[in-house]
Amino acid sequence: MKKEFLQGLRDGSPIMAGYFAVSFSFGILAVQGGLSVLQAALTSLTNVTSAGQFAGLQVIVGGGALVELVLTQVIINLRYALMSLSLSQKLAEGTTLWQRCVIAFANTDEIFAVAMSHAGSLRFPYMAGLQILPILGWTAGTAAGAVAGSLLPAALTSALGVALYGMFIAVVVPAARKSRPVLAAALLAIALSCVLFAMGVSSGISIILCTVAASAVMALLHPVEGGEQA
Amino acid sequence: MKTWLYIAVMALVTYLIRALPLTVFHKKIQNRWVRSFLYYVPYACLSAMTFPAIFYATQSLWSAAAGVAVALVLAYFGRSLIVVAAGACAAVLIAEQLLPLFLR
Repeated sequence: MKKEFLQGLRDGSPIMAGYFAVSFSFGILAVQGGLSVLQAALTSLTNVTSAGQFAGLQVIVGGGALVELVLTQVIINLRYALMSLSLSQKLAEGTTLWQRCVIAFANTDEIFAVAMSHAGSLRFPYMAGLQILPILGWTAGTAAGAVAGSLLPAALTSALGVALYGMFIAVVVPAARKSRPVLAAALLAIALSCVLFAMGVSSGISIILCTVAASAVMALLHPVEGGEQA
Repeated sequence: MKTWLYIAVMALVTYLIRALPLTVFHKKIQNRWVRSFLYYVPYACLSAMTFPAIFYATQSLWSAAAGVAVALVLAYFGRSLIVVAAGACAAVLIAEQLLPLFLR
């Protein structure tokens, strides 16, 4: 029990470091947009999501309607529904409802990726250990960015802007190197994403379309074996 | 006051999207296509979110390209999340200092 929690902490610590760097840039943007340090930090603590928060911030700063906020969140975060669905398939038998409610709170892209690559089924102590440090890192990074951001030169904030994408690349590339179908799914999604970008489709809608299309095609062309955990 | 309401709504919507599939779907999915579909979702999603967006995340297309190149190489050789992210940031920072010397 305790060993699993510690294993989770260990697996979560690199995510915490990455999140601190990435959320730092969110803190900078949030304060530039007129949010207080407390508001910026609370947004990160209660959402724990990069793309959704960036989009939500744009709606808030732009004075958009509440409906617009809800719509962007649903569209951009819809992938989490798919990830939670995947995750629910890998949870150990006997995981209780309240444990599922806790695990759901920080099912982020990176935590999901690490959880899915964990050998065997997932138990609550491991998931709790895995999530706690990234949540703290994400919130602390936002607060630090909000406080210090205005002091940094533009060149530094520009460089910090790619930290998030660097993490995404770090998740996809090793998997694509091991598996041709994963590589194909990634390339298919990228190609479609570039086309939709050129057509001026909004990023939230584009992410949904690319994810669903590439995954559906690859599931058809190359279904995973019975033993492989989806 | 309005900002607080927006933050609360954002948190609620994000949580419900994550929580409902985890609490409602207790059964293992038997359908092979659905399981395969879900297997590919994270890779397709992260790829689509990164490209082409990363090329517009910095002050110039060239510095972003430097960040992408460094991230791809580091990730290919299996470096950790933080090393890849830091490498990409460093490449962008260095490229933006050097580029003005060449692109005059």
